[in-house]
Amino acid sequence: MQLKTLNGDVAKIAARGEAQARTLSDVLVRDTSVAYAFIAPAFFLLLFLVAYPFVLSVWFSLSDARVGETGAFVGLDNFSRLLSSAIFLQTLQNSIVFTSLALGAKTVFGMALALLLYRIGRFKRLIRGAVLLPFIVPTALSTLVWWWMFEPLYSVVNWTLKSLHLVNHDIPWLSDPYLAMFTVILVNTWRGLPFFAITLLAGLVAIPKELYEAAESDGAGPVGRFWHVTVPLLKPVLAVVILFSTIFTLADFNIVYVLTKGGPMNMTHLFATYSFVLGLQGGQIAQGAAVSLFLFPILLIVVFAQLRMVRKATTYE
Amino acid sequence: MSNLSRWTRRSRPLFTLYLPVMPFVLFALFPLYFMLITSFKKNAELYDVNAVPFLIGRGVTFAHYELLSKDTLFWSWFVNSLVVSLAATAISVVLGVLAAYPLARLKFPGGDSFGVAIFITYLVPPTLLFLPLSTVVARLGLSDSLWALVVTYPTFLVPFCTWLLMSYFRTVPKEIEECAMLDGCNRLQTMVRILLPVALPGVICAALFAFTLSWNEFLYALVFVSPAELKTMTVGIFSELIRGDIYYWGGLMAGACIGSLPIVIAYVFFLDYYVSGLTAGAVK
Repeated sequence: MQLKTLNGDVAKIAARGEAQARTLSDVLVRDTSVAYAFIAPAFFLLLFLVAYPFVLSVWFSLSDARVGETGAFVGLDNFSRLLSSAIFLQTLQNSIVFTSLALGAKTVFGMALALLLYRIGRFKRLIRGAVLLPFIVPTALSTLVWWWMFEPLYSVVNWTLKSLHLVNHDIPWLSDPYLAMFTVILVNTWRGLPFFAITLLAGLVAIPKELYEAAESDGAGPVGRFWHVTVPLLKPVLAVVILFSTIFTLADFNIVYVLTKGGPMNMTHLFATYSFVLGLQGGQIAQGAAVSLFLFPILLIVVFAQLRMVRKATTYE
Repeated sequence: MSNLSRWTRRSRPLFTLYLPVMPFVLFALFPLYFMLITSFKKNAELYDVNAVPFLIGRGVTFAHYELLSKDTLFWSWFVNSLVVSLAATAISVVLGVLAAYPLARLKFPGGDSFGVAIFITYLVPPTLLFLPLSTVVARLGLSDSLWALVVTYPTFLVPFCTWLLMSYFRTVPKEIEECAMLDGCNRLQTMVRILLPVALPGVICAALFAFTLSWNEFLYALVFVSPAELKTMTVGIFSELIRGDIYYWGGLMAGACIGSLPIVIAYVFFLDYYVSGLTAGAVK
């Protein structure tokens, strides 16, 4: 019904022809003010609650502000103090280890899962739905169950390992620094894997089937087809997913805060959790702001890379 | 012989597809399953080192849910989460629709820069700005009220909704709107009456994601609101149920289950929207 009236309207306009041109251009002139009016609410929201806090954050990091005090300008003092602080250097190292290992795991397993999901025919919706679930459930709550699963006394993981006689003592998952890092990476991978798998799957679906057929007739086996057709054509999607995930993995707060609070011995602190401890719990806003600003250069690199890719994609179109 | 070969051909996907995908499904679902059964186990079984942890062996109990309802402010947290999420979602979807429309449709000076600005804020993680934002919230006099969350959640929801809706609006042919405008509608009327009904899946998708992101939010809720009765679900369960060294694991898991339930229900009904919203940011 709606379609019919639309067609009618199109026909009407086609019949009116050039007589309408002036009205249309009038409308186009009015566009600018309409555009600004529509954008204004979002613009002012982002100006006052994103741009202004960002400027404030830069100011904090260059001052000696504490809770309740505005503070005075101290230049790059906070940054130089951080770079000579053992805890911060540990945080820096943790962030690199955490982000690179979690990203690596998510990329490899996400790719494997996407390839499997791509070929699955029966129970497709059910399996996709199940696999995506960890991404949807509140992270702060699902991390609680991981905590319970790695609890020192009643850990279901330890119970299983002991029952299978793989180990004969409880493994200190959260109190050993290296195991704690492993656990945090594991939970991050659990939560982030669906995003990789589902997005890469969307990328796989977009690859024209003819290319596989052509490669097959040229004698390419499954492995050859993967490396010469799938990977090159999936590269743009893969790049976007990895760039995206770099920021949000690096900026992770919930998982580390719930599971380890940055411990044991600061061995799992990331920028966000350390900045929280310094700035909010310790009241040293200046230092805390400086810590979280270390996320900014990485954010800039990712934004720059993404925009370049978007531009490239539009020129190809 | 032919029977055998047919059998192997038909069962091949079982070994090359369904068997390899099983570990992924188990990995994804086990923690959630474990959350559920823990919440129904009696304490005696929960804290018995020798009991098989995978099943409920000694009967189901609702004691953890009762503890949650009677001894904690659980239902206040639930209502707080609901109110904040609904309000933040409504604000963000309206602002997102308004901002996405000119970005997708109109040419105006500064349009491209604003598009890039939206994209950058879309990528800003909340963890980058929570410290200065807490100062801003305090100066606005909103600390320790739910308004602090209603006002700050849109900072990450509006860029997301705008970005998502832009790509939906672009798929709607311009001509439809031009007809309406020639018939005397202004831009706002055109958008509301013509574009939005056509782009409804996009709006639903934006609303679902905005609601999910608000409901799941943890850091801002932890930082901006401290009175126990004003906490949201995620923060309330985490900070009020862990007292010193005593962990109420049954209660914690019961809270986590109910806390996840609204999202899981929405998810079951709108799976396809979630999938398209998830991939829109990366693939479009």
